[in-house]
Amino acid sequence: MSYLEYSVKSTPSGPRKILYLNWPLTLLLISVAGVGFLMLYSVAGGSFTPWAEPQIKRFALGMAVMLCVAMVPIWFWRNMAAVAYGASIILLISVEFFGSVGMGAQRWIDLGFMRLQPSEVTKITMVMLLAAYYDWLPAKRTSRPLWVLLPVLFILLPTFLVLRQPDLGTSILLLAAGGGLMFLAGVHWAYFAAVIAAGVGLVTAVFRSRGTDWQLLKDYQYRRIDTFLDPASDPLGAGYHITQSKIALGSGGWTGRGFMQGTQSRLNFLPEKHTDFIFTTLAEEFGFVGGFSLLALYALIIVFCIVTALLTRDRFSSLVTLGIAITFFLFFAVNMSMVMGLAPVVGVPLPMVSYGGSAMLVLMGAFGIVQSAHIHRPR
Amino acid sequence: MRRNPRELSIMQRKTSRRALFVGGLQLAFAGGLAMRMRYLQVDQADQFRLLAEENRINIRLIPPARGKIFDRNGRTLAQNVPSYRIVIVREDAGDVDAVVANLSKLVDLDPEELNRALAEMKRSAPFLPITLADQVSWEDVSRIAVNAPALPGITPEVGLTRVYPRGSDFAHVVGYVGPVSDYDLSRIEDPEPVLRIPRFQIGKVGLEAKSEDLLRGKAGAKRVEVNATGRVMRELDRREGQPGADLQLSVDADLQGYVQARLGQESASAVVIDCETGDLRAISSSPTFDPNLFVRGISVADYRDLTENTYRPLASKSVQGTYPPGSTFKMITAMAALEEGLIGPDDTVYCPGHLEVADRRFHCWRRGGHGHVDLQNSLKQSCDVYYYDLALKVGIDKISAMARRFGLGVRHDLPMSAVARGLAPDKAWKQQVHKQDWLIGDTANASIGQGYMLASPLQLAVMSARLATGRAVVPRLIKSIDGVETPTGAGESLGLNENNLRQLRRAMYAVSNDRRGTAYGSRIIEDAFRMAGKTGTSQVRNITAAERAAGVINNRDLPWNRRDHALFVCFAPFDRPKYAVSVVVEHGGGGSTAAAPVARDVMLQALYGETPPLAAYPSKDRGRIKAQQERLERERPRYDTPESGRA
Repeated sequence: MSYLEYSVKSTPSGPRKILYLNWPLTLLLISVAGVGFLMLYSVAGGSFTPWAEPQIKRFALGMAVMLCVAMVPIWFWRNMAAVAYGASIILLISVEFFGSVGMGAQRWIDLGFMRLQPSEVTKITMVMLLAAYYDWLPAKRTSRPLWVLLPVLFILLPTFLVLRQPDLGTSILLLAAGGGLMFLAGVHWAYFAAVIAAGVGLVTAVFRSRGTDWQLLKDYQYRRIDTFLDPASDPLGAGYHITQSKIALGSGGWTGRGFMQGTQSRLNFLPEKHTDFIFTTLAEEFGFVGGFSLLALYALIIVFCIVTALLTRDRFSSLVTLGIAITFFLFFAVNMSMVMGLAPVVGVPLPMVSYGGSAMLVLMGAFGIVQSAHIHRPR
Repeated sequence: MRRNPRELSIMQRKTSRRALFVGGLQLAFAGGLAMRMRYLQVDQADQFRLLAEENRINIRLIPPARGKIFDRNGRTLAQNVPSYRIVIVREDAGDVDAVVANLSKLVDLDPEELNRALAEMKRSAPFLPITLADQVSWEDVSRIAVNAPALPGITPEVGLTRVYPRGSDFAHVVGYVGPVSDYDLSRIEDPEPVLRIPRFQIGKVGLEAKSEDLLRGKAGAKRVEVNATGRVMRELDRREGQPGADLQLSVDADLQGYVQARLGQESASAVVIDCETGDLRAISSSPTFDPNLFVRGISVADYRDLTENTYRPLASKSVQGTYPPGSTFKMITAMAALEEGLIGPDDTVYCPGHLEVADRRFHCWRRGGHGHVDLQNSLKQSCDVYYYDLALKVGIDKISAMARRFGLGVRHDLPMSAVARGLAPDKAWKQQVHKQDWLIGDTANASIGQGYMLASPLQLAVMSARLATGRAVVPRLIKSIDGVETPTGAGESLGLNENNLRQLRRAMYAVSNDRRGTAYGSRIIEDAFRMAGKTGTSQVRNITAAERAAGVINNRDLPWNRRDHALFVCFAPFDRPKYAVSVVVEHGGGGSTAAAPVARDVMLQALYGETPPLAAYPSKDRGRIKAQQERLERERPRYDTPESGRA
């Protein structure tokens, strides 16, 4: 189905489009961002500088970006998917040569007014490309090996480039989001079963071989894996952050220690309290009630995205919406698991809440595509 | 590419199914996160809350103010005065090297300490103060204050340090404090946390060390909130400690000062004890040293001077020095014989100048002998043969038992360092320590305070006080603790025959008042303050038969450390004893010439409470005494420090 087949006349046009926005989703995004402003204000010791104020400005910019993207018909974005993907791959390759390495591992290009992280952009453009690919691909070829291999390459190429940065968190996110999208597109489940089985087998083999003659990795590599998986075994090194994070969470209790009363974050026991570990501050100061509320807001965003995807009959729209929902889900799921000590510490920020420009702009752009799909859905 | 609408709708339904499945998975995962959050925040909240408090709350100790020490008249012997040290905070200083360079133009900095401080600075957090110089004078502090703009990050900090206003007079009594060393910590079982405060001072020697528990007090504590790097954010609360107890000593600081001055640079010691209460009015040892040097940290050169001095200034000779008591012991031998009823005061012994005991000849100090002597004559002239004879009749065990009743060979419990027990030997002791039988010759030696017999000046003073009163006077150094009087040392009656005591006292009176008495030259003329005493000259070498034949070498011709010790014990006034005094001059020669004059001067000073009138002295000595009084008046340090009102 090409865009010519849409009944264009039945979709809203001009400024009236704004009335057809997915308002619940918009309000949810504003609420989540609001939580972020509050927490950034708190971790700065009750000050809008240095974090809350720039974050508010960026969110305003993000809202503008989302609305602009939403106004553009969804088929334009589908046609742009390959171009966008290609552009982000070029950017990824160029940061390899020209980029600067930030605090963590992500590489960025300084655009003057902001730092562009190509790996953030790639998360969305890859989802767009895969959605467009399955929109284009005749249904009966979906599970044919050759046509399965192609999207796998689309996924592995950016994953590999990001891993070289080296940004483990983002590459895992890319891999998971891409795989998720392929599953949603209807690729036969046996492929996934095979990949999962192979992965489990490989991991088992690696661990089983430890200490035997055919050991697959070097000893120091095993030790690195050990601390990665169980930071508590190194309480003053890698485990320090995760221990402090759990203490902050736990000391929050039911209702928390009160706004700006969190001792763990205020006294700097928490690492990266304005970025990756901002959820711990929330949970410390507002307790289980606060933490659960944010989790519920995130879950509602996912729910509204899925509803949007199910309402549309356009394949690209539904796939891209679901893909963005998965990406968004992976963001907060990995981040929260990390701060709660369920997952190893990989640098993944809390979406819409953590301080950071390009991640927020890219996400708002992505939600713009979701809005566009909602506005321009075939009626 | 044309699409098959039917196939497409099948695919869309599949996508919808899978979307619901994936959505379900996502919500399930979110549910799992919520469960985990509940587990951490609700089930384990108390534990994590505790950990968070442990993180942020640090307990800092507030060192207690050490108790002060006063003399019996409220004069300060040890006090705490503010002391200044210069600290630098790296993050405030900015360019540390430039600031330190500026500082060294104003204040003399010890390069060694400076290097240590700079090294410490590199290791510690930038906000922690590092000490650049300790014990800085007020002038230096004001110079720094004036130049503060050029010295960012430099602040003078005030602390308390121990000062002994009477300096060397009380070095052996009060002792001194110093910073806690690793050795100190290793000796104390379960040391209090306050001891780990850097630069915290504890008593090292003397009363400061022995009464540490009283003087130290209880540390206060403040709870402070710290951040992850240890910087103090605010004080949460504060519990004040309890300052140490103030101690008042029985010692009279002015008398002590006089005694120290009178002993001068002689290697000697003197003890003045109050016969009525056991109060130690003076307890001196010379030469002495300035304890303030140790508080500040004594230099290696100064310390070597003290340790290598033959006269052992660091030793507290009055309590830890033990000497053969010599003839001052004769009262004990006599008392033992009198109590046993083996002799009467008027029974005489013939002294030919020596006595054969078990094939060995024991000499009297007078070669020609004293002829027939009774108790009074024997003591007055210090005849040795008389006492050999008594001792052989009484036996060593009874003599030593009597010695112990008079406080010899027993440890007096004083809060001073290394209080010696001395030795009153008996047969069992020799068997146990030397694995030898007691010989009859040992008894003869012991009877005149030689041989194994050892006593400290303190014990000799106690012995004199007990002779003077007939009571078991116990020495007392601490008069009151925080204003609460401690029990006096008046003591119970010794249960001795009063008549025997009277006979002995009368004999001692003769020693210093009879024309033929050995201490006649050191008598007191003032009738109200007549003194009874006994000289002692104890050998530190054996006189061989050959030397005796050739004529005993005069003390003056011997090297210092081979000369006899000079001793004197006394009490006065004779009829109502107030003070007992003992003086030991190490290797001073004869007791009557080296020790008795000192004891007499000290006794008069104590009795008058000020410089005694010349009328108390024999008229032919007055010129010499006047010159001596004037010299001491000149040499004695004047203390015009503000005195405490405490009495």
